[in-house]
Formats: sequence, C-alpha cells, structure tokens
Amino acid sequence: MKPLTFRRLAWICASLLAVLFAAVVLALKLGAVPISMTDLVINLARVAVGKNAQLSSDYRLIIFDLRLPRIILGMLVGGALSVSGAGFQALLRNPLADPYVLGVSSGAALGAIIALIAAPQLPLVVPAAAFIGATATIAAVYFLGRREGQLDSTTLLLAGIITASFLSALIIFLMTTLAGRELRGMAFWLMGDLSTPLPASLRWIFGVGLIVGVGAIYSTAADLNLITTGEREALHLGVEVTRVKLVVYISASLLTGLAVAVSGAIGYVGLLVPHVMRLLFGSDYRVLIPTSVIGGAIAIVIADTLARTVVAPTELPVGAMTAMAGAPVFIYLLRRRLP
Amino acid sequence: MSAGSGYHTAAAGAHGAESTEPPVRLNVEQASYAYHARGNAAPVFTLGATSFVARQREIVAILGPNASGKSTLVGLISGALKPLSGRVELEGFETSRLDPRTRAQRIAVVHQESPLLFPARTGEYVLQGRHPHGKSLRFATEEDVVIAENALAQVGAKHLRDRWMHEISGGEKQRIILARALAQQPILLLLDEPTLHLDIGAQVDLLERLQQLAHENRYTVIIVTHELSLAAEFADQVVLLHRGKCLRVGTPAEVFNRELLEQVFEAPLEVAIGPEGRPRVHIRGVRYAVKR
Repeated sequence: MKPLTFRRLAWICASLLAVLFAAVVLALKLGAVPISMTDLVINLARVAVGKNAQLSSDYRLIIFDLRLPRIILGMLVGGALSVSGAGFQALLRNPLADPYVLGVSSGAALGAIIALIAAPQLPLVVPAAAFIGATATIAAVYFLGRREGQLDSTTLLLAGIITASFLSALIIFLMTTLAGRELRGMAFWLMGDLSTPLPASLRWIFGVGLIVGVGAIYSTAADLNLITTGEREALHLGVEVTRVKLVVYISASLLTGLAVAVSGAIGYVGLLVPHVMRLLFGSDYRVLIPTSVIGGAIAIVIADTLARTVVAPTELPVGAMTAMAGAPVFIYLLRRRLP
Repeated sequence: MSAGSGYHTAAAGAHGAESTEPPVRLNVEQASYAYHARGNAAPVFTLGATSFVARQREIVAILGPNASGKSTLVGLISGALKPLSGRVELEGFETSRLDPRTRAQRIAVVHQESPLLFPARTGEYVLQGRHPHGKSLRFATEEDVVIAENALAQVGAKHLRDRWMHEISGGEKQRIILARALAQQPILLLLDEPTLHLDIGAQVDLLERLQQLAHENRYTVIIVTHELSLAAEFADQVVLLHRGKCLRVGTPAEVFNRELLEQVFEAPLEVAIGPEGRPRVHIRGVRYAVKR
C-alpha cells in the first residue's frame, strides 16, 4: 500500500511545472515572427537582471507586450477551467462533466454579453454577470438532468448539450441584432479566444477569484474522494456532503464565470485535462486539483501556440484547437464509460 | 404510535434477570419515522415504534421482506434519519445529534456496493475509512496505514491490497468494503443487506467473519437481511419487521415461528430446531407441487 504523501505530491507538481516552463518558453519563441532561442534567452536574462533598457523595441513588443500577457492569461484560464471541470465531475458524479459540455460556459458567456450591452462602462459587472450566468445554468441543467428524483448520467449530458445550444442561439441572436455595437467578435464568446488581453481593471479580481475558487475546491479534496465513491457512503464516513457540494458548486461556477468573462467559451479543457491527470497520477482529488491547475495551464499554452502558428499569420481561436483535441476524447470516454 | 406497541415486550423481558451481561451499547427506544412525499401530504411510509437493545459482541439481525422498513431502521440507527418519536442512543448519545465526523468514528455503515465514479485501488479505498479520524487535508499517517493493513488482514484480503476495485470479484469487493468499515475503528458495525449479490459460499464466509470480528473487536453488529437461514444461524437477536411495524424482538428460536414467518414472507415454510437450539428454515415445496 502506497498512500499519498506530501512529498510525492510536491514531486508531481514540480515535474509538471517543469513541463509548463518548457511550454511557455516554446510559446514565447514560436509565432508569426519566430525568435531564435539565443535571442530569447538573452532577452529574458536581461529582464531577469533588471537591464530592461537594453531590450530592443521589437523584442519588447513581441515578447513582453504581445506574447507573455497572452500566455499568462491562457495559463490562468486553463487552470480555472480544468479545476472547474474536475469539480463538476465530482459534484454531478459524472466523468463527462465539463463546463462547456454542460452549457455552463455558454451561460456565463450570455451573462457577460448581457452585462456588456446593459452596462459596458462598469468593468466588474462582466465577470459578475458571467458568474451569475454560470450558476444559473448549472442549476437549470441539474434539475433538467434528473429523472424520478435521481441524477441520471445520460439525461444530464443531454440537458447540458441542449442548454448549451439554446444559450448559444441566444448569444448569436444578441450579437446579430446588436451588430455595430462595440462587442468583441462573435467567435470570442462562441469558440473561446485569448487574443484580447486581460483588461488591467480585471487583473485583481481575476487573480483573487482564481485563488479563492481553486483554494475552496482544494480544501474539499479529501471529501470529494469519498463523494466520488458514493454520496451515502461519504455521509457515513463523516463528510458533510451538502456543505461540500455547495462549496464546489459555487467555486466551480465562479471559476467558469471568470474564465469565460475574459476568454469566451473555451471547450473541453475541463474534460480533457482532469482525465489526462487521472491517467497519469490517479484519481485522488488531493493530487488532481493541483495537477489540473498546472495541466490546464500547459494545455492552453500549447493549444494557443498551435492556434497562433498552424495557419500563421492568420490566427485560429484557441477554442477551435481545444475542441479538435477534446471532442474525440469525449467520444472515447463516452464509449468506454470508465468503471 | 399505538400500532405495534404490543409486540416488542420480548427485549425488555429477556434481559431483566441477568446481571453479568455487558452494558447496553445501542438502545433503540420506541423509535418511529415517517416519509412524506410532499410537505403536508399524508406520509407515504411509516415505521412504527421500534425498540430493542444491543450489547457489545452481539449480532442483531433486522429481518423482513421488501418494504418492511429495514432501510428506514438502518437510517435511524446510523443517525442519518432523525426519529419522529422515541430515541436511538449509542452509549448514551443520540446518534442523529452527533456531528458527521464523530458519528463516523463510532458507527461504520456498509451498504450494498455503489459503483465507483473513477477507478480506485483497494488500498486507497480501505484508507478512506480513516477519513473521520484525519486532519484537514488528510494525508495518511503511518498509523493510518497500519490500521488499514490490519483491517485488510482481518477480512482475509491482504493479498488484494494493490488491486483495482473493478477487477476483483463481488465477494472480494464485499470484503474490501468491510475492511474500510473496520478501518473506521467503530464500536457499531451496521450492514445493510451485505449479502445481496453474494453466492452462498461468500455469504457464509462473510457472516462467519462478522461473528469472529464481533468477538475479537467487541463490535456490536447490526445486519439487515432477508436471508432467514443466515439470520437463524448467526444472529444473537432478531428484529422482525413487516409493513413498517416491528413484530417481534428476540432470539432466533423465539422469533422463528412458522405461522408468523409464513405470514410475513408470504411463502410456505418449515421451521425446525437444530441440534444447537438454533432454528432451521426450509421452503415447503407445496406451490411447485400444486402447479405441476
């Protein structure tokens, strides 16, 4: 018997962080304007020792004003979506749960768009409305997904998919009737996109919200392990099931809302990343949550780098890349139905 | 609760005379419950006042056909349900008033196995039994591991400890689930139809193990079943339920009355007393003979 130790968890996280670092370096290097490794290292070193003045203006623009903010945004969004997916999977007892598949991302996007139309001058209103949209959608999907009082796996997924397409239709409707307004491209909300940098006004709320959301879910990790083996069993093992579910429900909705508010509905990350992490490191939520944060960051950085480079200089929305990778995995999981 | 109040005098009477018996551990006193489909509507199911006491090392079988109130009684004993009237006390504390962690340190409940959402190793599964004893993030301590290993050894499943839960047989799984309950180090072991998906060999094996565990670890064991023969063979006390009423409480020999059992289980039965004074239940082949 090899129980999880803090040491093992630290090793796993450290090795994933090394992968993330490599992905970030690659993402800085690759793009419409390729940068040689030597130049990249020299420039990064200059910043590291505080000699910013020696940077050429080209590199400053490409590396630090364009690529790095986008990479950081991608990492945060990827971490938020992955943890939120892992949370929804335990909460709904469904291995196929994901904020995008369940329609939660579309709900958040709709909330964000309504806020942009109604009160565009107030920046905090957009993430708040996205959060409300996410919470309302998951509540609706939860009740639609029940059969005879029981949460039914297939009904739940169908309810999510139908809700997602209904909400997407509403989004398109709003977008079309309001054309000419200063709204970011439709693809942004429907497919997910990282090309719009995080507005300075949102940085704090985004960072704090992310830490609070992930931290709250992580604090329930040991309880979630038991909930995934059965709610009744968890109750008899001393878990306050109702409280834990409420914490996960609010935190996962918050994380989805934040991610969608700044990047639109990027799909399948919340499905793909937790499953890959489970395959690599096991289903223990004490490992799954931190590895999903880092794994989500890696996934988005890689996906976005591909989105920027495969048809350069034209850019794809990052959501198109994640969907291309995620949809086949979804089908695979659906057919395999994990034991 | 007038219904059923005349039936359960056996428990009080049986124990009055003896003074050497260990103190009462579980005291179910006139406990009743009612399920409501909607707020003010008439209850859809009621469990009438039920009373019995259980001591350490004792195995109590809760017996009855489907929809007789067995699961409700389990809910009341485990503290998951709060009795409508009466009380359920474990060593003087009302079980429904204990907070979930304290409750889980004293009562281990084994249900029919529920499907796992994600694959898990048997060792990890057994370690989950240490959850109510752990700190906030709950990394297992060396002590936890020793306790879990002992629990596996006690159910004779040491060789299964690094297997996947979905790869082992039903009987093996039941042993692992039991090991997780033992890892909780409870004083009361509550098993809700643990033999349901087991073949006869595994059923006998489980019950023999429980008997041994009750003796060695001083557990009080409550087992819900509709296996008449198993209850007759292994239980020290039987609580017979029928349509939400507690009909009898007593030793198997006291409760296993042919007319009573035939009426409750709606099957032609034969009850004989075995060499050790325990009743034996057989099915009479009348129906089969008639239909032919």
